[in-house]
Amino acid sequence: MSANASIVLLRRSFLVSVGLAATGLALGWVEDAHAGTPPPASPWPATTLPADGLKPNVFVHIATSGAVTIVCHRSEMGQGITSSLPVLIADELGANMKRVTILQGDGDAAYGDQNTDGSRSVRTIYQDMRKAGATARVMLIAAAAKRWRVPPTECVAREHQVLHEKSKRALPFGDLVEEARKLAVPAAKDVALRPTAELEHIGKPLPLLDGPGVVTGKAAYGADVVLPGMLTAVIARPPVVGGKLIKFDGAKALAIKGVKKLVELTAPVGSPAFQPRGGVAVVAEDTWSAMKGRAALELFWDHGPNASYDSTQYKKQLSESVRKPGRSVRNFGDADAELAKSKRIIEAEYHVPHLAHAAMEPLVCVAKVEKDSCEVWAPTQNPQASKKELARALGMDAAKITVHVTKLGGGFGRKSKQDFVAEAALVSRAMGAPVRVQWTRADDIQHDYFHTVSTQLLRASLAADGKVTAWHHRTAFPPIPSTFDATQKSPSNGELGQGVTDLPLDVPNVRAEACEAPAHVRIGWLRSVCNIFHGFAVGSFIDELAQAKKVDTKTALLELLGPARVETPSTLGVKKIENYGMSTDIHPIDVGRMRNVVERVAKISSWANRQAEGKSLGMACHRSFNACVAVVVSVVSHPRRGFAVDEAWLVVDAGTVINPDRVRSQMEGAVVFGMSIAMHSSITMKAGVPEQSNFHDYRLIRMPETPKRITVDIIPSSAPPGGIGEPGVPPVAAAIANAVFALTGVRHRELPIPVG
Amino acid sequence: MITMTVNGQRRDLDVDPDMPLLWALRDTLGLTGTKYGCGEALCGACVVHLDGSAVRACVTPVSRAAGKAVTTIEGLSATGDHPLQKAWVELGVPQCGYCQAGQIMSAAALLKKVPRPTDKQIEGSLAGNICRCGAYNRIREAVRKAAGGNTP
Repeated sequence: MSANASIVLLRRSFLVSVGLAATGLALGWVEDAHAGTPPPASPWPATTLPADGLKPNVFVHIATSGAVTIVCHRSEMGQGITSSLPVLIADELGANMKRVTILQGDGDAAYGDQNTDGSRSVRTIYQDMRKAGATARVMLIAAAAKRWRVPPTECVAREHQVLHEKSKRALPFGDLVEEARKLAVPAAKDVALRPTAELEHIGKPLPLLDGPGVVTGKAAYGADVVLPGMLTAVIARPPVVGGKLIKFDGAKALAIKGVKKLVELTAPVGSPAFQPRGGVAVVAEDTWSAMKGRAALELFWDHGPNASYDSTQYKKQLSESVRKPGRSVRNFGDADAELAKSKRIIEAEYHVPHLAHAAMEPLVCVAKVEKDSCEVWAPTQNPQASKKELARALGMDAAKITVHVTKLGGGFGRKSKQDFVAEAALVSRAMGAPVRVQWTRADDIQHDYFHTVSTQLLRASLAADGKVTAWHHRTAFPPIPSTFDATQKSPSNGELGQGVTDLPLDVPNVRAEACEAPAHVRIGWLRSVCNIFHGFAVGSFIDELAQAKKVDTKTALLELLGPARVETPSTLGVKKIENYGMSTDIHPIDVGRMRNVVERVAKISSWANRQAEGKSLGMACHRSFNACVAVVVSVVSHPRRGFAVDEAWLVVDAGTVINPDRVRSQMEGAVVFGMSIAMHSSITMKAGVPEQSNFHDYRLIRMPETPKRITVDIIPSSAPPGGIGEPGVPPVAAAIANAVFALTGVRHRELPIPVG
Repeated sequence: MITMTVNGQRRDLDVDPDMPLLWALRDTLGLTGTKYGCGEALCGACVVHLDGSAVRACVTPVSRAAGKAVTTIEGLSATGDHPLQKAWVELGVPQCGYCQAGQIMSAAALLKKVPRPTDKQIEGSLAGNICRCGAYNRIREAVRKAAGGNTP
């Protein structure tokens, strides 16, 4: 389709009791499809594809009208997945994008994995999605070939038709549906993918899919779902993880007009996992009454075993932890021996605090639980996990549970955790009515699954010629597995594979150790996860080594990365390469690609020239989620804030990209997200309770602090696609800390860097 | 009973006068385009116009809107073609999109007062609007575009 094609949101509008036009997530580039589809009977239509027409699999449907419907089974939270996965299917099919409607898939195991985190959608199912589209194409071609009595190999599918070029005949897709649907669906192995050169849409920008819905306020997020007779609840949850309600007095709350009922929710049993926190739900006719009711509750809590969790004290504990040997997780050569005999050792300790996800849309879920059924509307990153937690919490067969995925107002990993979904269902069941549980901003921040808190100790020995002869890395942080098994104190291999055990180093002696750190809050994964603090420490330490060696950061970085090569477990000194679930055959740790993004970012930022002009620049590079990113930032002094980031450059090599404009927007956003981590955001705990509650004390970057220009460069590549949502974040904080050092001579080893 | 004009229509509301305008719009009138983000005038997701000026609906008691004209994102233009809305789509501004109604309403109030704002004026007017996805540079560019081009 041309870049200026008109974009119309296809909406299925209908009125519900309050006169609100609610919409299911049916999107398209142009209004076309679904002619003849009966109007939906519920305020949020189920996303099952129609039974008639050609439906070779659960992802694609072609009607006799030619209308193509594609299910996007991953959640849309701003990363642009609805305009990437379906494009793969449409491109293999040979569909005209103007005749494609995209439906948001409900939670259904028939789709396979629907977990939308780990930057995994495109990188893990790129081939499968193409196969789904190609299967439909093969069937349409077979039907046409049969009708024309020609070999299928002489036919092609393009622009919504099957063509036989030899005889100059063409049949539109719709005309072939009846014949094609009678054919057996070919086995995946018998379906050939198109050669890359034939793909028309992959790698080309597409207009924003849901732009008009967003800018007119019509796009429906979780809180925008309205059901007839729906009540609203806010919940008073135990302030400390592991705490529970002793008793409460709700008389004053019940006296507030609009408050209907108070529902006591039981405390979780055992490790937190995705269990709701328990507490008291105040159910009311509207949000404001529910909030007022909650404020009027008198609550008595048993704060439990985590009531002494204190960030100042815990930081000391982490520091002590990395001063003791930990579990060996990487060993190449003999770093201990080399360090013991070295004359020159550079050592640095880095600390990164807890972080909250703080998506702009606070958690919310609408649930309608009846005697033998449960239906929820949730901005969830993983509807199958929602279903599983609902089944557990309600004691209901999963087959009786429907999970609709709304648009997500940001997710960043928080909406993978299902406590907010199960909680709404429990309240709905208690009320015998549909209920929306609305989290306030304070609820959202204070009852987060926090990004972990970490301390790392890095040591390196330098030879007389400046060559790094040993590298020693210790990391301590309460691990994510502690959320599911409270006895876990040591990082998992997957977490260590985020910047410790997978880090290419051209150093003859390398050792990494994982140190213990018990959890006192629910630890979750936040965009980029452990790469945030590992990337910060490693990227900063390389700059410290550059200073010690008296060489340029880029020189030190390239020296440490070493020559272009592919790392193996034995060259890294590990048993197995953790590679974000992917085989290293598909996604090798290719040092050449890392070097390339470094060289490229130096070029587009005029690294050497700008430095010569006296600019304060910082650089860092990090590989995560099977993608390599290098970042340069320029900082300047600022009269009030101390310093400001005035420009940033980012180069990404994520292999094949589908929709470059959405890749660009993810990278621009990653710079800002990384800036918030570097300069503002921190969750600190006092007596087991977060000290922050809203955007005045949990600060995020705002427009005036944003660099005047963020230049993003995508390395053209036909390699298998890597991740996009997360890899841009990790190098940002180190690049900023390094630039601030260039500006001020002060080395910041703790985030956030103080800013006025 | 509180009477006001919402997007050009007279509305009578029988609600607690202290109820924030945000919840009256969302829960009572079913206008869900205006978003809840913080409840304390810290993020700008709920910005609407009250007699043409940008206000934060989350801290504006509904009683303050009595006898006044409220404009929400749904009423910014009849057909979704306000220059800001067009620029937002053309430049692919939204990521998750949740904050964008507030961003657009803040920008619209600015453009009404200052048709050709400088970058500093744009930044000043939008400093109260948080975008967690970090689409700020495209937002700024879209405001410039809607204002008819680059500004000094």
